[in-house]
Amino acid sequence: MPRPGQMMGRPRPKLENPMGIFKRIMGYVFKSYLVHCIIVFICIVAGVLCNLQGTLFMGDLIDKYLDPMVEGTLGIDEGFTLLTQAIIKVAIFYLLGVITGFAREYTMIYITQGTLRDMRNELFEKMEKLPISYFDSHTHGDIMSTYTNDIDTMRQMISQSIPQVIQSGFTIVSTLVAMISLSIPLTGLTLVMVVVMVASTGFIAGRSGKNFVEQQKKLGAVNGFIEEMINGQKVVKVFCHEEEGKTQFKELNDSLFVSADKANAYVNILMPINAQLGNVSYVLCAIAGGALAILINPASFWAITVGDLVAFLSLNKGFSMPINQVSQQFNAIVMALAGADRIFRLMDEKPELDEGYVTLVNSTVDKDGKITECDKHTGTWAWKHTHQATGEVEYKALEGDVVFDMVDFGYVPEKMVLHDIELHALPGQKIAFVGSTGAGKTTITNLINRFYDIQDGKIRYDGINVNKIAKSDLRRSLGIVLQDTHLFTGTIAENIRFGKLDATDEEVKAAAKLANAESFIKKLPEGYDTMLTGDGANLSQGQRQLLAIARAAIADPPVLILDEATSSIDTRTERIVQEGMDRLMSNRTTFVIAHRLSTVKNSDCIMVLEQGRIVERGTHDELIAAKGRYYTLYTGNQITE
Amino acid sequence: MFRRILKEVKQYTLPSIITPIAMIIEVVAELLIPYFMGWIIDRGIKNPDESLRMQNILLYGGLMIAMALIGLIGGMLGGRFGAMASTGLARNLRETMYNTIQNFSFSNIDKFSTSGLVTRMTTDITNIQQAYQMMLRITVRAPLTMIIALILAFRINSRIAVIYLIALGILAIVMFTIMMTAMPFFRQAFPKYDALNESVQENVSAIRVVKAYVREKQETEKFHNASNAIYKIFTKAEGRVAYNWPILSLIAYTCIIIISWRGSKMIVGGIDGMTTGQLASLLSYCMSILFSMMMVAMVFVMLSMSFASMERVAEVLNEVPDITNPENPVMEVADGSIVFKNVEFSYHKEGGEPVLRDIDLEIKSGETIGIMGATGSSKSSLVNLISRLYDADEGEVIVGGHNVKEYDLEALRNQVSVVLQKNVLFSGSIYENLRWGNKDATDEECREACRMACADDFISSFPDGYDTHIEQGGTNVSGGQKQRLCIARALLKKPKILILDDSTSAVDTATDARIRKAFKEAIPGTTKIIIAQRISSIQEADRIIVLDDGKINAFDTHENLVANNEIYREVYESQTGGSGDFDETEVG
Repeated sequence: MPRPGQMMGRPRPKLENPMGIFKRIMGYVFKSYLVHCIIVFICIVAGVLCNLQGTLFMGDLIDKYLDPMVEGTLGIDEGFTLLTQAIIKVAIFYLLGVITGFAREYTMIYITQGTLRDMRNELFEKMEKLPISYFDSHTHGDIMSTYTNDIDTMRQMISQSIPQVIQSGFTIVSTLVAMISLSIPLTGLTLVMVVVMVASTGFIAGRSGKNFVEQQKKLGAVNGFIEEMINGQKVVKVFCHEEEGKTQFKELNDSLFVSADKANAYVNILMPINAQLGNVSYVLCAIAGGALAILINPASFWAITVGDLVAFLSLNKGFSMPINQVSQQFNAIVMALAGADRIFRLMDEKPELDEGYVTLVNSTVDKDGKITECDKHTGTWAWKHTHQATGEVEYKALEGDVVFDMVDFGYVPEKMVLHDIELHALPGQKIAFVGSTGAGKTTITNLINRFYDIQDGKIRYDGINVNKIAKSDLRRSLGIVLQDTHLFTGTIAENIRFGKLDATDEEVKAAAKLANAESFIKKLPEGYDTMLTGDGANLSQGQRQLLAIARAAIADPPVLILDEATSSIDTRTERIVQEGMDRLMSNRTTFVIAHRLSTVKNSDCIMVLEQGRIVERGTHDELIAAKGRYYTLYTGNQITE
Repeated sequence: MFRRILKEVKQYTLPSIITPIAMIIEVVAELLIPYFMGWIIDRGIKNPDESLRMQNILLYGGLMIAMALIGLIGGMLGGRFGAMASTGLARNLRETMYNTIQNFSFSNIDKFSTSGLVTRMTTDITNIQQAYQMMLRITVRAPLTMIIALILAFRINSRIAVIYLIALGILAIVMFTIMMTAMPFFRQAFPKYDALNESVQENVSAIRVVKAYVREKQETEKFHNASNAIYKIFTKAEGRVAYNWPILSLIAYTCIIIISWRGSKMIVGGIDGMTTGQLASLLSYCMSILFSMMMVAMVFVMLSMSFASMERVAEVLNEVPDITNPENPVMEVADGSIVFKNVEFSYHKEGGEPVLRDIDLEIKSGETIGIMGATGSSKSSLVNLISRLYDADEGEVIVGGHNVKEYDLEALRNQVSVVLQKNVLFSGSIYENLRWGNKDATDEECREACRMACADDFISSFPDGYDTHIEQGGTNVSGGQKQRLCIARALLKKPKILILDDSTSAVDTATDARIRKAFKEAIPGTTKIIIAQRISSIQEADRIIVLDDGKINAFDTHENLVANNEIYREVYESQTGGSGDFDETEVG
């Protein structure tokens, strides 16, 4: 929940094109809620006018009815008849004010919540289309805060700031007009006081802003220290580092207090100063008005009646309030524009391009090996390749033959991380990558499914350049089990079905069985319907990995990528995981990033990577015999003996 | 709970007292202004004695200005001291909390979880700071405004002031009803909001999975549904709240009309000596009274939201550290011998399943001991008892001839150096990190320790060498490098007992072997206890403990275990042929 108090005095971020951003926000609001906005606008204007009528009535009550009746210039019965009429009139205005007020509040809810929903939805839609590189180059915290903090500032702005500014603007103008109509000299006096008020607000807000910047900085330092030390608390204990930590913390904490105290003090005194300046303005008008009412000839330009004075004084109160409000909203608006800027920047990121035109279709194969496209699900798939030059359609069976032809790649063009990668995986073969951290193993697998695009060379899938294949179809033909298993909120069955949406319960069970996951799933209280939350936090690392394997198994792709990490799993569990993986791998082209010997040993080809190059390749026996890099990695012998 | 929190006000007691008093002054002064306003009209402008008019206007006007000034002083004092009291309380709370946590034992920390402690020290304290400030200022101000305005209204004319009392009653009932009907919606809305954020979080961190399985469309659809659900529930909830303000104004306007009407009757009829000035004063209290009522309700809601934070903070402050220094502690650990006598241990004291049972061990000073066992076989629990990170429930843990409970904690932990499984580096240079082990270590001593831990090579390859800055959590070094730095840090203590809890899992087999070799040569007198998944890491140890489900299954040499122990042999065979890791796997 946003707290308005926290907004005040915060540093104002610099924006390049605030008007442009503002227009774009209003574009969202008007797109779906133009009628609502018009209603709100009318309600605001009507509300302000009704309120003003009410205030002016105060003056009339005394001048037109009470005084004449008390003084006897107006008959009592006649007076009350007139007064009744006037009261009914003002009651109608009041009622109108209440109704428009309600209509305004109620309509605003739909505008605010609706616009926020539209923005959130578009934000997510756009985000899902961004390339992996975006997620790799932005921290998750930053992306998250767009959805939470930035959207929250928008809520504040749309629901409160904008209507308040409009309302305040109208109030100021209409009150000013009314004040002028009552007494020009007193209006002048009021305006002088307003100038004083605005000046003092500016001065104090500036001071408090500066201190708030300090406070935020120091709060960041204190919170950072807390996070670091508490997270390392056990290490602190082991090294008896408590006292040093206490001293350091006291220093940071005390210095935070100094700026927090100052920053808050300035914010706190702003309100009473403005309120009392408002009161002084009120009192000065009362004195001056009083003097004018008795000392000046009623016909004079300077004169004012008692009733008008009472009315004027209410107007005077109603005049300083909106000015205070506008100055407070200003900060919130700038904060919201900065938030909107971040939201729009995410929306404007370039989505992942897909120029592929080769698609994956269901097919049937007759005895001559001729492939025909088929609407129904057949279980056999084919690439439909419509040649761009001729328009001729060619079908090719989906087999899982992958070729890397002199591939170079770098995450940034200046720094290549893979050089001259050459390999050919025949359907059903198993290719392993080994090498130390940073050698480029995971990078290679990122290229096959086009999470990243290569700079030079070619990657072919079943003889087709992967650039020509529609990304969604390419990825559908590749299964992947990643080092970090990610599970989604939902049941176990839903998580397995992630691999194939229309899978039947039997298929889900079969996949679980294949992955060796069935035995633990059955032990869970709700079996396949057990809810997983927080990335499957209620499961062990090994169990999570088994689910990821099942998820890949149900998709049944011809090519598999296994970035297997088993270092955090103990040996016994690992064997179960390994069995699942082995079953998954059979009859598929598999790329394995291997950490354990058992996975690598029976590979058709092992690639040893070093600094982005393949330095050795061959079967296990060949490489052991060669006594090269693989041999060293594998035995550790060279050094110990 | 409140008492515990308020105990931390300490040196800010005076500001905490001044603030509400200043607020009272401000409110009284502010509310007297409209009161005198009535006098200006009645005794000034409309004074039958014309000669007194101007004099009275100036008199009461002067009084009003004086009130405004007093109000200003009150308001500024309240603001100034309110800020001091609340930020001061936050400062004290943070400090006390931090110091309390420093005395926590491992089990105290486990109870709260580190992330839980961080939230309590950051978000919760900020909430309390705001709540305290609000309590000192607004909680005094709003009801007081209401009461004083009412009193003044009654002083002017009790028959009319009664109308306000009735209006207040109605307003209270209406607002209570609105809140009660809106609350359930809000209560439903917040979990939905959390769920939405979780869905974003999930998609951001698992974007590779989403894209690999081409599930962008389905995930977007899921998100839209969640987003629409929030829209629906929030429009419902806020739709209820939207009644607040219109109803407040409806009641206020009704009051104005009734008072205008009755007041007019009374003035004209000369009842109670009612005057026009009094009527003007009465009307100007209308908004003060009703608006304060609304503020009271709002403050109540916001304060109640901070109760949860107070409770969480108080919980930490009230926690009693369960491991403390003994009286007349032993300051020196004689040697590196370790004896476990019939030890039993569980993490949850009451009714918890013991994770270690019947542990009897005798380790001679200078021995190298390996510990092997499946995940959950309590390997870490066993070694954590040696440096008294936890206390055993039953039996005795004896180090260097004394029960660990007899030692000074700092002395014990300096002699028994543990490299934890979940280890952490701190932001600062490599030197600074290493000197956690020994404040006074020379550069050369640091380098020597790093050479033993095979860390010297990679440190030297950094452009800034040993002055390289380590980011928070050690994110700029690889998992294997981090582990080696942690080992070097522990070595700098020159301990009598060195415990490595799965500390080389991310280090490749060859380097692992070099580290062990260095230990053998450089610190032969130190008792070394190594927990590892890899048989190659422990097979050269003098003896190996095989743990199974919290019990010692076997304690023997590698050769004997391969020959006689089933569990050990099974693991050994699965790893034979050197099932070493090929690379440094990233941990964390």
